[in-house]
Amino acid sequence: MKRYIARRLMQGAVLLCMVATIVFFLGRLTGNPVDLMLPEDATAEDRAALTQTLGLDGPILDQFAIFVGKAIHGDLGTSIRMKQPAVDAFFDRLPNTLVLIPWAILLGMLLGIPLGVVAALHRGGLLDRAAGTVAVLGVAMPSFWLGILLIFVFSVELGWLPSGRMGGPAHYVLPVITLGTFLVAGFMRITRSAMLEVMESEFVKLARIKGLSEAVVIWKHCLRNALIPVLTLWGVFVGNLITGAIVTETVLAWPGIGRLTYEAVIYRDFPLLQAVIILKSILILSINLAVDILYAYVDPRIRLA
Amino acid sequence: MGSKARVRRTARVPWIPIAIISVIVIMALFAPLLAPYSPIDQTLRDKLLPPAWMTGGSDKYFLGTDAFGRDILSRLIYGARVSLMVAVLALTVGGGVGLAVGIVAGYVGGAVDSVLMRLVDAAFTFPAILFALLLSVTMGQGLGTLVIAITLLLWASFARVIRGEVLSLRQRDFVALARVRGCSAPRIMLTHILPNVLNTFMVLVTLNIGVVIIAEATLSFLGAGIPPPTPTWGLMISEGRGRIADAWWVALIPGIAITLMVLSVNLFGDWLRDRLDPRLRQL
Amino acid sequence: MTPDAKGETVLEVRDLHTHFFLRRGVVKAVDGVSFSLRRGEVLGLVGESGCGKSLTALSLMRLLPKGGAQTIKGEVLLGGENILECTPAEMREIRGRRISMVLQDPQTSLNPVFAIGDQLREALLRRKRAPLTRAPHAEVMKEAVAALRRVEIAAPEQRISQYPHQMSGGMKQRVVGAIAISGEPGVLIADEPTTALDVTIQLQYLKLLKRLQAETGMAILFITHDFGVVGRMCDRVAVMYAGRIVECGPVRRIFEAPQHPYTRALIASVPKMTGPVGRLTTIEGQPPSLMDLPVGCRFASRCSLVEQRCLDAYPGTVRVGDEHTADCWKATPA
Repeated sequence: MKRYIARRLMQGAVLLCMVATIVFFLGRLTGNPVDLMLPEDATAEDRAALTQTLGLDGPILDQFAIFVGKAIHGDLGTSIRMKQPAVDAFFDRLPNTLVLIPWAILLGMLLGIPLGVVAALHRGGLLDRAAGTVAVLGVAMPSFWLGILLIFVFSVELGWLPSGRMGGPAHYVLPVITLGTFLVAGFMRITRSAMLEVMESEFVKLARIKGLSEAVVIWKHCLRNALIPVLTLWGVFVGNLITGAIVTETVLAWPGIGRLTYEAVIYRDFPLLQAVIILKSILILSINLAVDILYAYVDPRIRLA
Repeated sequence: MGSKARVRRTARVPWIPIAIISVIVIMALFAPLLAPYSPIDQTLRDKLLPPAWMTGGSDKYFLGTDAFGRDILSRLIYGARVSLMVAVLALTVGGGVGLAVGIVAGYVGGAVDSVLMRLVDAAFTFPAILFALLLSVTMGQGLGTLVIAITLLLWASFARVIRGEVLSLRQRDFVALARVRGCSAPRIMLTHILPNVLNTFMVLVTLNIGVVIIAEATLSFLGAGIPPPTPTWGLMISEGRGRIADAWWVALIPGIAITLMVLSVNLFGDWLRDRLDPRLRQL
Repeated sequence: MTPDAKGETVLEVRDLHTHFFLRRGVVKAVDGVSFSLRRGEVLGLVGESGCGKSLTALSLMRLLPKGGAQTIKGEVLLGGENILECTPAEMREIRGRRISMVLQDPQTSLNPVFAIGDQLREALLRRKRAPLTRAPHAEVMKEAVAALRRVEIAAPEQRISQYPHQMSGGMKQRVVGAIAISGEPGVLIADEPTTALDVTIQLQYLKLLKRLQAETGMAILFITHDFGVVGRMCDRVAVMYAGRIVECGPVRRIFEAPQHPYTRALIASVPKMTGPVGRLTTIEGQPPSLMDLPVGCRFASRCSLVEQRCLDAYPGTVRVGDEHTADCWKATPA
C-alpha cells in the first residue's frame, strides 16, 4: 500500500510539472496578452510598461527560468486587478469552494445511486428508461442555466431562498443543487452497470442459496460490491466539479475560486489566470490521489495485498 | 409457475428526439429564410417585450425581445446555426486530432505511444475548460479560439478509445499480411487501420455532440466564446441574466433550447448505438 | 450400507421440465427428468457439459438465471411438499434450511468484500436447531469457528477475519461447504464441487463430504461429469443425456453391467489404471441441439446399436433390475 501511494505521488508530481509547463508556454505563445489587456488607444509606452510588469519581455526560456524559480518559492505572480499575490487570492477563496464540493457529491450520490439500483432491478423496463431519462436531463441542462432557473423560481417568484452570496444554510441550497445535478447521471449510470454485473455473480447465487431475503441480497451483497467502481467516479468528478464551480459561483455570486477564475477571464487578468490554473491543477491532483488511496483502502483485495 | 415467457422487445424508435433534432437542424440550415427579423437589429422602443402569449406581449415578436429590442426568436434561430457550426467544426477537428493520435500511438507503439499517452493522461486529469479560458484571454475571442478550445476538450477521450481499438487491430492477420507485402507504416495506418476504427469513431462522435454543445454554451456564457453581437445561445443566457426578475424569457428560453437539443441528441445516440451494436454501449 | 438400509425418500422429482425461451427458439434444457433421493444416500447426476445437470439443480432450488429460463412442468417434492408451488417468501424459508447447494467455482462463490466470519454468520443465523438470532456476536462467531473446524480448516480463529482472496481454492470450497450445511439442510446439492480444484485436493474434499454426510444423515445430489468421482462418492447414479435421464441405478450395477449404450460409452472412456495402455476411447459425434431435439432416442445418431425403431420413437423407461432403469429399446427387462 505504501508503495502504491509513493508511486502515485511521483506520477502526480510529473503531471503537475507538465501542466505548469504547458500553461506557461501556451499562455505566451498563442498570442499577446498585453494587447488584449490594454484599451485600444494605448500608447507604445503603455504597452512596454505592461509587458515589463508582466515579465513578458526577454527570451522565452529566460522567462521560464524566472517563472520556475519563483514558483518554487510559492510565488505565482501578482494579480493585476486585485494587486495581490495570486496565491493569496486563491487560498483566501479556496475554502468557500471546498465547502460546496462534498455537498454536491452527496447530492449526486443520494439521487444517483438509488436511481441506478432501481434501473438495474428493472432492467429494460419502464423504470429503467425513466431513470435514465431523468439522469440524462441532469447532464443536458447547462448548469449555468439551471442556476438561473433555480434563482428565478425559488428566489424571484417564490422568495424562499436567497439568490446568492454566502451565508447561512439557506444560501447553500441553490449552489449545491446547481453544482451537483450533473453528477446524478454519472452515478446512476455506473451504479446501474456495476449492479447488473454484480447481480450475475456466483456469490449472489450463494447468498440466495442461504435463503437471505431479496432486500439483503441486493442492498448488502450487491451494492457493497457495486460501490467500488462508484468510488472511481469521485476522481473523475472532482475535475468537473472544480470547473463547474466556475459557472455556479458566477451565477450565484459565491466568493470561491470559481468566481475568481471568471473574474480573471473577464478582466483579462493574465497573471492571475495563469496562477489559478496551476493551483487548480494541484488541487485536482491532490484530491485524485486522496480518492485513489481511499479506493485502495475500501477494496480489501488491494488493501491487504 | 406457468407465466408467460419473456422475450426481449426491441427499443422503440425515439420519434420525439428525432423531431427536435430535425427542427433545430432546419433552423440552422435555413436561418435567413425562417427568422422573422435580423438577429442583430436593435429596436430600442420594443425592448423587453414578453412572449406573445403573455400579457404585454405582441404578435410581432413571438418569443419577446431582449434589452436591445432584438427579437428572441430570430436570435434563437441564428443561434442554432452558430451552435451547430461550432459543434461540427469542433467535432471534426477535435475528433480528427484524437483519431490521428490514437491511430499513431496505437500502431507505432513504443516511445511515441508512451509520450502521447502521458499527454492524454494530463489532458484527462486536467479540465480543458481552463485552458480554453486561458486561450480566450491570450488569443482573443472568436470562432478559431473556440474551436481550438473545444478540441482540447475532446481529443484525449477520442485518442484513448481509438488507441485501444488499434492495439487489438494491430494483432490481426490482415495487418501482418500488409507488412509482409511491404506496405509502409503510414500506408497501413491509412488504408487498413483507419477504415476499421471509423465505426468506433462515429460512436464517439455521437457520444460527444452533447458535450460540445454544452461546452460551447458554457464558454459563450463565460465570455470566452464568439463575441457579440453574434447570437449564440450561451451568450443570450448571459445577457438575459441581469434582467431575470422582470424579463425571464430572455435568459430562460435559450436554455430550454439547449436542454432539448442535448437531451434529444443523447437519447437518439443511445438508441442508435443499441441498434447498431449493443456491444458499443459500454463506451 | 445397502440401498434398502437408507432412510425414507426426502426428495422426489417428477417429470421436471425447464426450458429457456429465446428469440430464436426454445431450449429444452431439462426435458422430463425424474428421480428420487433418500435420506443418507448420495445420488450422482452424471453427464456431459450442457446436458442439463446444473439447470436441474437450479430448478430444484428455484434459482434459475433471469432472462428466459422457466420451469414449466413437473413436481419437486421436498418432504412431500411440492416446492415449485411455493411463494417466493416460502421458498426463501426453505433455502438453506431444508435444501442447500454447493457451487462449482470456489473463486467466485464467496463475496470478496466481506470477511469469512461475516459470511458464515449470515448462514448460521438461519439455522433452526439451537437458533442464534438473539445470541451475542461473540457466541455466533464461536459457532462460526466451530463450523470451520468441522470442515477441517486449520487455525479457524484466524480464518474468521480473513477475506476470500487470502485463501486457497480448496479452503474456499470448504468454507462454501460449511456455509451450505450451517442451516442443517436435509438435502445438499453439490454442483461439480471438485471440478475446479486440484486433483490432490479433490480426494480430500470428497472424503470430507462423505464424513459430513455420515454425521448429519443428509441426502446429497452429487452433480459431476467425471465418472471416476461417481465411483468414489455415490451410492446410486443417474446418467443424463440431452435433457433426460437415460439410466439410473446402484453404482455397482451400473459399473458392472451398464444397460444404456451411452452409459457404456461413458464408462469405457474413463482411462483405467489397470490393463494395457491403448488409445483413449471417445464417443463420436455431438449431442443434439437442445432447441431441435429428435423425435426418437436422442443418442441414436451416436449409438453403435441403432435400429429403425430408435429413430422413430423415444424408448420408454425399462426396468432392468432392482431399482435400475434404462431408456433403451435394446435394454433387457428384469
